[in-house]
Amino acid sequence: MVIEVRNVDKNFDTFKALNNLNLKIERGELVALLGPSGSGKTTLLRIISGLEFASAGSIFFDGQDAGTRHVGERRVGFVFQHYALFRHMTVFENVAFGLRVVPRARRLSNTDIKKRVLSLLSLVQLDRLSERYPTQLSGGQRQRVALARALAIEPLVLLLDEPFGALDAKVRKELRRWLRRLHDEMGLTSIFVTHDQEEALELADRVVVMNKGKIEQIGTPEEVYDQPATPFVYEFLGNVNRIDCTINDGKVHLWGVQVIAETQDGGKCPSGTVPGFAYIRPHDIDFVEKGTEHAVPAIVRHVAAAGPTARIEIQIEGIPNFIEADLSRKRYLELGYKIGQNVFVSARAARVFPASAAE
Amino acid sequence: MGRRILSSSIRTFSWRTPSVLPGFGITMGFTLVYLGLLVLLPLAALILKAAGFTWAEFWDVVTAPRALAAYRLSFGAAFIAAAINIVFGVLVAWVLTRYQFPFKRFLDGLVDLPFALPTAVAGIALAALFAPNGWIGSILLPMGIKVAYTPLGVVVALTFIGLPFVVRTVQPVLQDLDKEVEEAAASLGASRAATFRRVILPVILPAAVTGFALAFARAVGEYGSVIFIAGNLPMKSEIVPLLIVIKLEQFDYRGAAAIGTAMLFVAFVLLLIINLLQRWSRNRMGGM
Amino acid sequence: MRLRINPITETPAVKFTLLGIGLLYIALFLVLPVVAVFNEALRKGFGAYFVAISDPIALSAIKLTFITAAIAVPANLIFGVAASWAVAKFDFRGKSFLITLIDLPFSVSPVVSGLVYVLLFGAQGLVGPWLQAHDIQIVFAVPGIVLATIFVTFPFVARELIPLMQEQGTEEEEAARSLGADGWQTFFRVTLPNIKWGLLYGVLLCNARAMGEFGAVSVVSGKIRGLTNTMPLHVEILYNEYNMVAAFAVASLLASLALVTLVAKGLLEWRYGHELGVART
Repeated sequence: MVIEVRNVDKNFDTFKALNNLNLKIERGELVALLGPSGSGKTTLLRIISGLEFASAGSIFFDGQDAGTRHVGERRVGFVFQHYALFRHMTVFENVAFGLRVVPRARRLSNTDIKKRVLSLLSLVQLDRLSERYPTQLSGGQRQRVALARALAIEPLVLLLDEPFGALDAKVRKELRRWLRRLHDEMGLTSIFVTHDQEEALELADRVVVMNKGKIEQIGTPEEVYDQPATPFVYEFLGNVNRIDCTINDGKVHLWGVQVIAETQDGGKCPSGTVPGFAYIRPHDIDFVEKGTEHAVPAIVRHVAAAGPTARIEIQIEGIPNFIEADLSRKRYLELGYKIGQNVFVSARAARVFPASAAE
Repeated sequence: MGRRILSSSIRTFSWRTPSVLPGFGITMGFTLVYLGLLVLLPLAALILKAAGFTWAEFWDVVTAPRALAAYRLSFGAAFIAAAINIVFGVLVAWVLTRYQFPFKRFLDGLVDLPFALPTAVAGIALAALFAPNGWIGSILLPMGIKVAYTPLGVVVALTFIGLPFVVRTVQPVLQDLDKEVEEAAASLGASRAATFRRVILPVILPAAVTGFALAFARAVGEYGSVIFIAGNLPMKSEIVPLLIVIKLEQFDYRGAAAIGTAMLFVAFVLLLIINLLQRWSRNRMGGM
Repeated sequence: MRLRINPITETPAVKFTLLGIGLLYIALFLVLPVVAVFNEALRKGFGAYFVAISDPIALSAIKLTFITAAIAVPANLIFGVAASWAVAKFDFRGKSFLITLIDLPFSVSPVVSGLVYVLLFGAQGLVGPWLQAHDIQIVFAVPGIVLATIFVTFPFVARELIPLMQEQGTEEEEAARSLGADGWQTFFRVTLPNIKWGLLYGVLLCNARAMGEFGAVSVVSGKIRGLTNTMPLHVEILYNEYNMVAAFAVASLLASLALVTLVAKGLLEWRYGHELGVART
């Protein structure tokens, strides 16, 4: 199913939770809504599901306005953050619920309900626990019951609110892979909400980065990570150094020397000399020989070398905060830096925004 | 001998878990003495007095026609009142937790009035309201409904007394009910009525039944609020506690003790049932 | 357009029907009786009202009610604190049985609560002859009234404090002990500040019941005017004499006490709900 969000606003009293949002999700996509808490991602998911209604704008399912359809009529499978299992029902009855509340005329026979539920339970590998109650299950098992329950009504769209939020790291990884496979096999269109960038980047076909009720960027995981569109996306995704600089007619002066850096939208960059700030990923900091072009002197202040990459914090004269640099373990061992050592660094790549672009 | 003393001292040691806090001996001792003297000893006196009867005599007193009529009224009216309160109590609890309206906090507090209002005051107030010339009685009378000085009056008084129980047991359960669970039901296609019947009702049912049992237990022993509105005619509108008082006034102490013992036995059974219900309620609620 | 139907609320028609029935039920059973008490009391004006409540016999009933509460409430307060200290701060076998015993007076009919003292201390009672020989009168006298009142209000403070203190655990007391505080210091400086609102809550309910108890007191009192009549008993006597204005006037004082109790209770729940334990927020 193609889902379109058109000009959606959502106000809670005076608080603008969503501000003129537009988004199109293609059939068969697995999309992540990524953002910090309060960014409006859960509100958007709930509006798509029909659990909440937009203050303005509309939602289209396959080109049809879904606004007139009640949540129960949208064929949307919703998986709640805390699963919202019916604790007085067995696993079996939880999954069967959506089949039992269908009006009698369209309801499956008991045998067919049983067949469907059991096949779903075997799909989520819980067939042996069908007579248990939710309280007797582990977190990962509850999550799978919630999923099976949502799938029982044969939804066209699967919506998941922080689906792995309450699980521990190991279970989370397992379920992630499993969800991806399920999505592909069943040919669903799925949207999930998360505040965990790793989860979004690993699992989704496309990531929608949200902040303060607006969409900051929509793109594939590579796009949003490698070419963040806004300062917010830069800071939200991955580690990054933010360093003040000046922009002089499109030329960037960083830590006292002119560097080659892409400025954001050359055309929009104001003429004359303006203050700006540059983002440099830790792995784009290069340790170089003295005298190399654009290089500046720095002092090693802290080294954390456990793990596949070594993180080195360096201090550059005139820059108040320490700068993080990542080195491969091999390179780090070759260089053998110690705390207090004088080194020369340059930026392989940087992205510069005029100060006016900051919120 | 020495070995027995040793083993008993080990037993006292394991009777309670050791603690660095002081005062267990004195507070526990005081608790047991106070409880023993003021509650258990008098209750023992009741049973001892009733034990002055032979079993057959006891049975005759406890199952005399007048006593049987009183049980029928007390238990029957208490049951009807509790049944009224389970319906309206759930409804009031729902209204108080789910809807916003003016004076809500005030009305919520007022629900505890039957706990706070002395029963004699409740009794005369209800009698005045439901008397043939009272505000409500004068409306009901033309319809041929007589409340005051009839068994119906007993039901009214017991409904008043039992009102807070169901409300106060159901209210916290409704408050804790996860909104997401209702949304889940809606997203799976359940109508609002189906959601209530299949999802909300099963969750609040144990609490509602517990409230019913508490209201029933309270109503069976209730005295003050009933006697003013009941009419108190033997065999017709005489409740069990009143029968005990009458036997006392006739200096039939043993007869009073016998019926009192029967009532005490009923109270124990109800207490047991209520404890089981509360455990059921906790199991339903707990865990997640 | 059905654009704004929240999936988890009822339709307005259902909502207002439920609200209407609920409020009507509250009005019928809770508001009207209180209004009726004051209405009846003032039926013949304020003059008659003040005459009724300043009658010497009424005044002596008021006095006895206060005396009874002044003995019963502190007694059950001390018991409640001691019992909840023992039950909540220590682990021992038979704890839940002890809690059941403490709650027991709540399940006993008020009339039976009075009866047991008559059977213990009355002329035909277990220790009655001995008391008579020593010229001690308990039943049909003030001591009996106090004892019956203690019995019916027995669990109020304890049942408020036990869950509260159990919830608070023993860590703070253990910390105080480890810092060198003795038992009393631990109690007065650490425990008491933590339970004070819960304590007040229990005392409030205990006092309301102590002053308003009818059934138990009625059995042990003997109802001697001016001597063993508490306010609720005085209400009954006046009512049975068809002295309605006086009966309702005294009743209005008790109703006011109930309303004040409810307001104070509501304030405590509103202001200190989180310090009264889990169930009272």
